[in-house]
Amino acid sequence: MHPAPSLILFSSLSGLGLGLLAWASLLRPEGGAALLAFGLGLALAAAGLGASVFHLRRPARARFAFSQWRSSWLSREAVLAPLALGTAALHGLLLALRGESPLALGLLAALLCALTVLSTAMIYATIRAVPRWHHWSVPAHFLALAAAGGALLAAPAPLAAALLIGAGVLVALHWHHGRTAFARAGQSAATATALEGRVRLFAPPHTGPNYVTREMAGQVGRARAGQLRLLALALGLLLPLALLWLSPPLAALSHLAGVLCARWLFFAEAEHVVSLYYGRP
Amino acid sequence: MTTLPPPSPVKLGLVIDLDTCVGCQACVTACKAWNTGGTGAPLADLDPWGASPEGAFLNRVHTFERLPEDGGPPQIVHFPRSCLHCEDAPCVTVCPTGASWKRAADGIVLVDEDRCMGCGLCAWACPYGAREMDPVAGVMKKCTLCADRLDDPALEPADRIPACVRTCPTGARHFGDLGDPESPVSQLVAERGGRDLLPDLGTRPVNKYLPPRTRDRAPGAPALDPVATDARGFLGWLDRALSTLPRLG
Repeated sequence: MHPAPSLILFSSLSGLGLGLLAWASLLRPEGGAALLAFGLGLALAAAGLGASVFHLRRPARARFAFSQWRSSWLSREAVLAPLALGTAALHGLLLALRGESPLALGLLAALLCALTVLSTAMIYATIRAVPRWHHWSVPAHFLALAAAGGALLAAPAPLAAALLIGAGVLVALHWHHGRTAFARAGQSAATATALEGRVRLFAPPHTGPNYVTREMAGQVGRARAGQLRLLALALGLLLPLALLWLSPPLAALSHLAGVLCARWLFFAEAEHVVSLYYGRP
Repeated sequence: MTTLPPPSPVKLGLVIDLDTCVGCQACVTACKAWNTGGTGAPLADLDPWGASPEGAFLNRVHTFERLPEDGGPPQIVHFPRSCLHCEDAPCVTVCPTGASWKRAADGIVLVDEDRCMGCGLCAWACPYGAREMDPVAGVMKKCTLCADRLDDPALEPADRIPACVRTCPTGARHFGDLGDPESPVSQLVAERGGRDLLPDLGTRPVNKYLPPRTRDRAPGAPALDPVATDARGFLGWLDRALSTLPRLG
């Protein structure tokens, strides 16, 4: 799948921002600390949502995206994101100005943040045409990364360290599943064409690229996947663990860089079954 | 609405005969021509007369090579690929805006171009690559089964079928109601063993593909094997004389 910068930035920044808002909502800092934590969380999440708009060819029609929450995870995300940000903002404002806010409001804000991250992940996890994504490890590692990133900025260091290690394990499990996911899904040029025997593409329908090959049958940069995996682990997990007790903001920055690497791989390595019609993967 | 309607008794779709298709691309051209001049935004191209033209098409013809497992002769199969108007269309349910919908009356999967925000998620959800983003209008395009031809009283009755079916010179494309087991297309599917593409993905396509008939094996003896064992005359003498020489290789 095409690793669109808008989607990588969106899911990474909004994941970190929503994770931070969730932890701040639960741990209830007061006064200036609340202002800082909720302000940064809102800024990160809003920047992510802003980046996602660049993925739309007709952004003015994004207003319709709130309507189909009954069936579409993307619509659910669109509904949940402003609800989560609004609830967290209110909670943060009360904590900053009055030093107190109802416990239920904090719990609701944290739940809405988690549900927003879950709905982002479910957009991908429900696509059966991409076997690497159609797996429980996708929502699991999206949620774990958001929780760990937020904890780096808002939670006690031991908790953040434990969450980081947990997220690292889930990301590794997702990579492990991904290595063989396409083969295990069992689709081939033969099942794609309903032909019997050994089937291979003889001539493509067009010699140049088209929307389908650019968006779904591309193979950009998979050659450096191994190096990026190493970078994702080093920047996203190991360096933050080392920096956690020295400078949590630096640890979070390094973590974000690692998440960006992992998210790039998440798209670039995902094979879509339509590529079988184009003689790949 | 992007929730799927209850299954309709009428299921309009195509039956494509892979035995008959010669890969001439007439269906591709007819589709492009009709849908460029149709009711929605035109099916646009970028750089159409330049060095690297590309554009949106609703139908593409691939060519595959098939080697039968039983050692039969290899076959070239031309394979038109377009929207299968699935009964469980994943492209419909993922749409956040309600632009992607399945028509309750006849099961045609359509896009409301005035609601599409061009996010591309429906194209990701489709296993068949049936949807292409219009490079100029920025909205998703797909096969409509020429819904704008089917009930147009201005057209001759013979033309009230999809443009690809109308134009196919070999009769490899058939259009009809696959929900009615008595319809000619349903009977054709039953008779020829029509198949679903990627059936494991649970999309339940309405369109069916008729498999190509396996070709006959070439008759006669394998090349260069002796056909006569009792050679006489000049050729017999030559054969005996050659057999006395040592062999190389």
